[in-house]
Amino acid sequence: MIPTLPRSNGVRVGFVAYVMLFFAYLAAPLVIVGLFAFNDSRFPALPWNGFTWDWFFASGPERTGVFHDRAVLRSIATSAWVAGFVTFFSVLFATLNAFLFERHQFPGKNLLYICMLLPLVIPGVILGISILVFASGIANRADALLNLELDFLRPGLVLVVLGQFAFLTTIATLIISARLRKFDRSLEEAALNLGATPVVAIFTITLPYLRPALVGAALVCFLMSFENFNTTLMLVGSDAPLTITLFSRLREGATPLLNAVSLLLMLGSSLLALVSIAFQRKT
Amino acid sequence: MKSDGLRLGTWLLLGPALLWLLLLIVLPHVDMLLVSLRQRTGFGQYQTSTVHYLAFFTEPLYWRTFMRTAVMSILATILTLVIAFPVAWYIAKMVRGRVRSLLFMACLVPFWVSELVRTYGWMILLRETGVVSGFLQWTGLASGSVEMLYNDVAVMVGLVYASMLFMVVPLVTTLDSLDDCLIEAAYDLGGNGWSVLREIVIPFAMPGIVSGCIVVFMLSLGNYLTPVLLGGKGSMWFTEQIFTQFIVRFNWEQGAAFGVLLLVLSSLIVWLGLKLTRQSFTEVMR
Repeated sequence: MIPTLPRSNGVRVGFVAYVMLFFAYLAAPLVIVGLFAFNDSRFPALPWNGFTWDWFFASGPERTGVFHDRAVLRSIATSAWVAGFVTFFSVLFATLNAFLFERHQFPGKNLLYICMLLPLVIPGVILGISILVFASGIANRADALLNLELDFLRPGLVLVVLGQFAFLTTIATLIISARLRKFDRSLEEAALNLGATPVVAIFTITLPYLRPALVGAALVCFLMSFENFNTTLMLVGSDAPLTITLFSRLREGATPLLNAVSLLLMLGSSLLALVSIAFQRKT
Repeated sequence: MKSDGLRLGTWLLLGPALLWLLLLIVLPHVDMLLVSLRQRTGFGQYQTSTVHYLAFFTEPLYWRTFMRTAVMSILATILTLVIAFPVAWYIAKMVRGRVRSLLFMACLVPFWVSELVRTYGWMILLRETGVVSGFLQWTGLASGSVEMLYNDVAVMVGLVYASMLFMVVPLVTTLDSLDDCLIEAAYDLGGNGWSVLREIVIPFAMPGIVSGCIVVFMLSLGNYLTPVLLGGKGSMWFTEQIFTQFIVRFNWEQGAAFGVLLLVLSSLIVWLGLKLTRQSFTEVMR
């Protein structure tokens, strides 16, 4: 089944049809979610009652659009804050990790590398509960022994940031290491020969070289943090990020408002994707 | 920056890495294990016991949920592989240039979208007043509205969808490096489609197949949204059970025990998969 080999037309048509069917399967739920954001009905379901912008701009009380729904807007802001912190710390730690694993030799390196990969195979729910148990344990002991109230270790945004940071750092490390591996070290040596200190050489030569990977890793982290559900669900307190708000709305009974939020989310992530593609192409 | 400076640098870089791994990965899991091994005897008083693991084996609901989750995840992995393989083959071997990168991008697009949104899309498609039901009525295949949500097939559709990317990408990458000459040679030597697939393509693509399967299996096992939203009340997924123990019943010891069991199950199956195909963990994860 490669182009250079003869094969019957039936097989060829069948194969193409299968691939088209596959892409229809991939696209179906996304297209449907987007379409029903404009349905003039109280439910995201058939029948189609005509086109409306209500689920974006209506100000209530009958219908409330996304841009007038306080709770949704607040949770979007919460998600953005969380994602910002997670992205910053993940990329920072990942950069250091990349240098550690690509440039340094030390005893136990393989073991540490395997540990570094572990978050990829730990289900998000488990990661969430283990951090929850650990943090609460520390908070309880601090309370009992030292009479200290460590509120940030109770379910809340700090734990959400930590939980997402825990696994996104691994992903960012893999992205940044891959680029650092391709770096030609003679460039750095040239800088050293010309009188730069090691720190200056890294900041003027190596980091600019890594920039596409750093930006790519940051975008991936931001997006995955914004959209994370499993780990967040276990660690969330009273301030709900967007996915948690959407989930509880979904359980109460969905309205096309959810479709409108989803559509905005999709537009947002495609924008990020375009930015990342444009950036990769430029460099 | 010879030996001395390098040593210092290593230590400085080791700090953050160790901090991250110890505080957020290793110690929390050790703590979860310890919590799962204790029993509450009074207010703030605990003793070591295996009662929560015994509860798992004596309470049929628990281990049935566990087995069901494992079997469904394995099934989802196999289905994803079977569905993804021809598509990966098509992208890697049958098309070139722009079409190819376009198709590859099209595979990635759904995964830029939140899992919640994707699952919600399937709910709209499959529910009683949904699009598929409406389509069936319109074509006359069904006389009334059809409820397709809240059953195992819906969960399976969602699981396969949720992890498709993680199968397609490694398959495309490995199949891409397979030299077409090998396939041509195999045909010249009298192989047919099936024997070439079995003798040449599959052994060659094994690293991709294994890494894809491992990731898909892990994702299915740890999935929470798909079974809860598409499976409804009777979905019985193990992560759901963990959530119930932790958040609803506030029985952290039992929940922690379930967490450990799920982790052991997944590590075991991953280890078996690696052993059977003689792959190493670090290679597969790359």
